[in-house]
Amino acid sequence: MNALHPQALHASPAGWPGDIFSALKTAGVRQVAYVPDGGHAELIRAVHADPAMVAIPLTTEEEGVALVSGAWLGGDRACLLMQSSGVGNCINMLSLVRNMGGPFLTFVTMRGEWGEFNPWQVPMGTGTPDAFRLMGVHVLRADRPEEVGPATAAGIRMAYEGGSAVAVLLAQQLIGAKVFVK
Amino acid sequence: MSTPVNRLDRRAVVARLLKDRGEAIVVTGLGSPTYDVAAAGDHDRNVYLWGAMGGCAVMALGIALARPDTPVIAVTGDGEMLMGIGSFATIAMQAPKNLTVVVLDNGLYGETGGQASHSVVADLAAIAGASGIADARAIDAMGDVETLAGRATALGNGPCVAVVRIEQAELERVLPTRDGHAIRARVRQSLGLSID
Repeated sequence: MNALHPQALHASPAGWPGDIFSALKTAGVRQVAYVPDGGHAELIRAVHADPAMVAIPLTTEEEGVALVSGAWLGGDRACLLMQSSGVGNCINMLSLVRNMGGPFLTFVTMRGEWGEFNPWQVPMGTGTPDAFRLMGVHVLRADRPEEVGPATAAGIRMAYEGGSAVAVLLAQQLIGAKVFVK
Repeated sequence: MSTPVNRLDRRAVVARLLKDRGEAIVVTGLGSPTYDVAAAGDHDRNVYLWGAMGGCAVMALGIALARPDTPVIAVTGDGEMLMGIGSFATIAMQAPKNLTVVVLDNGLYGETGGQASHSVVADLAAIAGASGIADARAIDAMGDVETLAGRATALGNGPCVAVVRIEQAELERVLPTRDGHAIRARVRQSLGLSID
C-alpha cells in the first residue's frame, strides 16, 4: 500500500479481534477511528487492509468522539477503538453525543484491572465504567473470548439500530497484562 | 511574533465565505464562530456546536470522509483550534479533498473575558503546514477571503487550512438553535438520509 499504511498487507485477524472485525463488516461500518493500542493491533491492521473501510489514526481519543459523530451526520457508520487510559480524555466531548444523539460505539481494551504492572494505568482502568456511565454511555463487557462476539453484536444493535451510545469493554484477561520486566 | 495591521471584520469574512456556499456543509466551533455563521444566515446544512470544544475540525473530517463529493467547511476560532491542534495531523493523514478548516484568529479568548490566546505566539497556519497540510494559508485581506471562498465551496486537491486574522471587537451575539437533535435531523434530512 503506502507509507501511511505500513501494516496493510496483514491478513484478517483470528479469534476475538476477528469476531469484532467481521461484525463491523457485516454491519457496514466504514470509518474506524483509533488511538494506537496493542490490544487492538490485529483489528487495526485488518481495518487498514480492508478497502471498504477507512482507518483513521487519531492523536487523542476525544478526536474520535467528534469524528464518529460527524461520520454519522454524513451518513457513515463509524466506531472508535481505544484503551481504557483514553476514556477520561473523552468526557467533555461526549456532551456532543448527549446533545446530538447517537449512534456512538466504542471498543475499549482494558488496562489496569488485572495483573497490571504499571500502577499509572490503574486509576483510569478502575474508573472507566463509571466515566462512561457519568456521560450516559451504556457499558457492555466481555471477559472471555467467547463473550466478545455476543457483546459486539449487542453493542452494534444498540448503537446503529437504536441510536444509543455504547462502550464495549474488553477485559484485560483477553489481552494479557503487559510484561515490562522478566 | 507580529501583529497584522489589517485585521478583518469577522462577520464580513464569514458572510463572504458562505455567500455562494452551494451544497457545502458548515460545522461551527463553539462561541463566536457559531454566532458568525448564524449571522450569515441560518441554513439546513449548518452544524452549530455549542460545546465539544476542540472537536470542530475533526467532526468536519468525519463528515468529509462520509460525503467525499460534498464540500465541508469548519469555521472555528483560534482558541477552539488550539484545543484540538492534533486534528491538523489527523486531517493530513486522511487528506480529504473536500475539507476546508477556517480559523478565525483574533488572538484572544473572547468568550471568557478576552485573555490572550496562544496564537499571539503560536502560528496556526505554520502549525497546520508542519502537520502535513500542504494548503495552509494565512489571510489578512478580503481579496484572499474571496479566493478562499472559491476553494472552500468546491473540491480541491487536498485539505485546506486558512487562518484569517480578524478584529478583536466583540460583536452582538446571533444565537442559532441549541437543540443538537434538531440540528442532526435537519442536516441528515438535507442529505437525503433518515433523520435517525
